[in-house]
Amino acid sequence: MDKALIELLKSGVYETLYMTLISTLIAYVIGIPLGVIVYVTDTKGICKNRIVNFISGAIINIVRSVPFLILLVAILPFTRLVVGTTIGSDATIVPLVVAAAPFVARLVESSLKEVDAGVIEAAKAMGSSKIQIITKVILPEAKPSLLIGATIAVSTILGYSAMAGFVGGGGLGAIAINYGYYRYKTDVMLITVAFLVLIVQFFQEAGIRIVNKIDKRLR
Amino acid sequence: MIRFENVSKKFFSKDGEIVAVNNVSLNIKKGEVFGIIGFSGAGKSTLVRHINLLEHPTEGNIFFDNVNLTEANEKELRVFRRKIGMIFQQFNLFSQRTVLDNIVYPLELAGVGKKERIKRAEELLALVDLVDKKYSYPSQLSGGQKQRVAIARALATKPDVLLCDEATSALDPITTRSILGLLKEINEKLGVTIVIITHEMKVVEQICDRVAVMSEGVIEEAGNVKDVFLNPKSSTARRLIMPDDRVKYLYNDRRILRIAFEGQSSYLPVVSSLTIQCETMINILGANTENIGGKAYGQMLIEIPKEADKEKRIKQYLDEHGLYYEEGGGVNG
Ligand SMILES: Nc1ncnc2c1ncn2[C@@H]1O[C@H](COP(=O)(O)OP(=O)(O)O)[C@@H](O)[C@H]1O
Ligand SMILES: [Mg+2]
Repeated sequence: MDKALIELLKSGVYETLYMTLISTLIAYVIGIPLGVIVYVTDTKGICKNRIVNFISGAIINIVRSVPFLILLVAILPFTRLVVGTTIGSDATIVPLVVAAAPFVARLVESSLKEVDAGVIEAAKAMGSSKIQIITKVILPEAKPSLLIGATIAVSTILGYSAMAGFVGGGGLGAIAINYGYYRYKTDVMLITVAFLVLIVQFFQEAGIRIVNKIDKRLR
Repeated sequence: MIRFENVSKKFFSKDGEIVAVNNVSLNIKKGEVFGIIGFSGAGKSTLVRHINLLEHPTEGNIFFDNVNLTEANEKELRVFRRKIGMIFQQFNLFSQRTVLDNIVYPLELAGVGKKERIKRAEELLALVDLVDKKYSYPSQLSGGQKQRVAIARALATKPDVLLCDEATSALDPITTRSILGLLKEINEKLGVTIVIITHEMKVVEQICDRVAVMSEGVIEEAGNVKDVFLNPKSSTARRLIMPDDRVKYLYNDRRILRIAFEGQSSYLPVVSSLTIQCETMINILGANTENIGGKAYGQMLIEIPKEADKEKRIKQYLDEHGLYYEEGGGVNG
């Protein structure tokens, strides 16, 4: 393998990790509050609110139902507004976040739903405020499940980032398309695919190990 | 101390209206152990959840130390809730916190400093006899130990009242006995008023001073445990005391003796000994006993023979063997 190719793959892996992790992080900054809002305003939630629940649920569903590649193109003007360009890794982060935040919100919501209603009731009976129930009971109780959700989110966002390679995004996806698809270099494409698989495996394995370590229900 | 005044609670659902609590008035006195017994779905949990306003009444008022709780705002309610501890059938411990951190939680809410919190938690651990489990997680504990942690947690803020919703229903008979013993100790030593919900007469019998019998949202009767036991007026109470149908055949002219088994002996030798003693078959009208480690707990109702000497011999036998008994009058049925 020539040196240039190795350099190319190196920067591809770096860009992919950069896009994926930054997007996941920002998606969680938006997705956790959004997921919490949908969860607590539900008819069985601790702050029932039909209107807020409907609006937040609708936003999530609408964004989630748009296929990623279409969303990516549709928000190009917005992407240019935020990062000043529509190509490269930074430009890919914007659509990744937009697509991933509602997905993360649903993951968060389903993790929170797993928290035992009896435990929440006990916390209420002890005189907890609603904020305290969320921050001191629901989120800590859901922590292991939230972490499992995060590994799913990382893999999904990684997949999206590779797709973005088709329309000028950076990273391994762009390499696979430019070399493997346009120039028929099947070997390069296979190597990039192998790297993508390895990265997903790494995050999944790491996630499961951390969960096993922190989940106190498993002992 | 806790007063229900014409409290009703209705739930509205797709299938219509459910009256879970129907015009209940009740007075629970300071320092007593008050039982609420009834079959599943009677409305017991809903009623008790009104005491800490986890449930708002559709009608009526609830007073705690003469303060009308239904008029309190959210913030005032949170302060009241610290004076009212609660434990549950499923324990409801925080699975991701250690035993110590579970107990400390209500103190965190109350803004107690860290050092003091831990000191208080350690006192409570000693009270419930779990000092060596301080750093364990709930998943590492048995059911009885979990309930002890829940009790310690409920007592952390030194409440005046402890509500127990089927607190022993998920436990085996031996563990049930020890948890009820602990509750009694808490009642006697700390002066905590205890409200116990149960569907088991033996729980009421072991620790309650007074009991209310509930069915379909209504309190059918309430009174001292002994009176309700010996002279149950409602059909629900009768069914709870004597699960079998024999009670139906009781007549007013029969005299009934209730023998309480509190672990002094086992059940069978007593029956056969009594038979030999008074040289006649003992007519057992009903029994509600449980065998724990070869000892009987519970009660048995027998018909007192018409002959005075046989009656005397029975009582003599029971006296000699340290068995508690009392005579029950007419069961109206
Ligand atoms: N949140 C609720 N919504 C609708 N119905 C309820 C609710 N809670 C209780 N009920 C109904 O109220 C009745 C009494 O329930 P509950 O108080 O749990 O009885 P118990 O504790 O005696 O078994 C039942 O018919 C139950 O289905
Ligand atoms: Mg109940």
